[in-house]
Amino acid sequence: MSQAIAFYFLSACILGFAVLVITTRDTVHSVLFLVLDFLFVAALYVLLGAQFVAAIQILVYAGGIVVLYLFVVMLVNLKRPPEAHQDPHRRTNWGLALSVAVLVELAIVGGYSYARPAPAFAAPSPAAPFTGNTEQVGWLLYTSYLIPFEVASMLLLVAMIGAIVLAKREL
Amino acid sequence: MVDAVVIPLLKILIVLNATLVAVTYMVLLERKVIAWAQSRLGPMRVGPYGILQPIADAVKLMIKEDITPVRADKWVFTAAPIISMVPALIVYAVIPFGPKITIFGRQVSLYITDINVGLLYIVSVASVGVYGIILAGYASNSKFPLLASLRASAQLISYEVAVTLTLVSVILMAGTLSMVGIVDAQYNQHVWYVIAQPLAFVLVLVGGLAETNRAPFDLPEAEQELTGGFHTEYSGMRFALFFLAEYANMIVVSSVVTTLFLGGWLPPFPNTAPLHFLYAIPSWVWFFLKSFFFLYVFIWVRATLPRYRYDQLMRLGWKVLIPLAILNLVVTGIVKVMLL
Repeated sequence: MSQAIAFYFLSACILGFAVLVITTRDTVHSVLFLVLDFLFVAALYVLLGAQFVAAIQILVYAGGIVVLYLFVVMLVNLKRPPEAHQDPHRRTNWGLALSVAVLVELAIVGGYSYARPAPAFAAPSPAAPFTGNTEQVGWLLYTSYLIPFEVASMLLLVAMIGAIVLAKREL
Repeated sequence: MVDAVVIPLLKILIVLNATLVAVTYMVLLERKVIAWAQSRLGPMRVGPYGILQPIADAVKLMIKEDITPVRADKWVFTAAPIISMVPALIVYAVIPFGPKITIFGRQVSLYITDINVGLLYIVSVASVGVYGIILAGYASNSKFPLLASLRASAQLISYEVAVTLTLVSVILMAGTLSMVGIVDAQYNQHVWYVIAQPLAFVLVLVGGLAETNRAPFDLPEAEQELTGGFHTEYSGMRFALFFLAEYANMIVVSSVVTTLFLGGWLPPFPNTAPLHFLYAIPSWVWFFLKSFFFLYVFIWVRATLPRYRYDQLMRLGWKVLIPLAILNLVVTGIVKVMLL
């Protein structure tokens, strides 16, 4: 019962801050609401018993990535005059079409999984010889999900090299 | 009921109050030690040897006029000191001041909680603290605080990488992220990690100095260049909150270094039988003695070393500390695999 109350409270906060992120006029405030949002998502992870993921969520997203957002927002002056006139309806139409598409997709996925409970996503992993949260995450990453894990790290490496090449005028 | 609610609340109350008192007296200690280093007397007027000076300071800061600049971003300006202070205080939840002991026939642990991801919790909470500084600079709507806060955040992010990488090798040694677990591991392996991981110890100490914006890395507060730093526009109690956060962070860094490298609450050579009489001294006294040593080192360094230049600071962080941290990690990994 108390779990359910906590879950609904946290979810309401997450959704509320998410709405504030996109409705706030001041960009810096909007980034701050994003940080709050990430913190509440971390709290949701704690509620699920995933302390490791929660700590990483705060460390990487709230403490790392959003700091960079904040840098960009503060350094790039966003209070410039609006761009040359464009047909405002065109963008609105596109937005409407996209949101309807996403909604339909969500409805299909939701209906499908409601009608037929999905089978377990991955093959049952070998029983982890550890009990701790962190150890189990590590165990899964290096056994069942080794290839996705390595592919993700490769992708990050490529992104890092790309950023360095772009940032350096001459190498 | 008593074990689940009353005792944790009591512990939180004690730790928070003790921290705040310790922080105010750290300010006095710093003024005294620096004064002695410069052949002065330091505060002498309030109480014998200036012992009541922190109280006078607190009263002064509380009754000072609180000014918000007209062009400032009011909400963020108010939130920034709070955002700096809160992470500095909630970190104490996982710092182990001692093991489980028996008080009045009841088992009580001398830490608020021992979570599985203790060290990671400290690192992630500390990484949120940087917002206080960035936002203070931004919300003041003034040139120098903004410059200082950009400097500070670049510095914090750079050194965070080095410190976190270094901590990984300690975690590798201990095989756990729990703070209590790390102390136990040092007991079971018969060695303080300052001996097993001397390079990591130096890296974390240097990184800790930078993370707390202390001399010689106190560029965000370089008075000569920035007329004060990111808190230039702050006054009264809000300024005091930044000040308190800095000292609270110093205590956190000292406690973490003590726990990771000096065996936390353990006496020296905890497994040597002839030295077992050292257990007569309570565990938390050992912890406070070791932490106090590092706090003294912080002040000592400030009184001794000149400030780094900004490019030197960045070069030290990225070209010296991070490669050394990675090297240390690789060597630790190889040694650990070969020995097991």
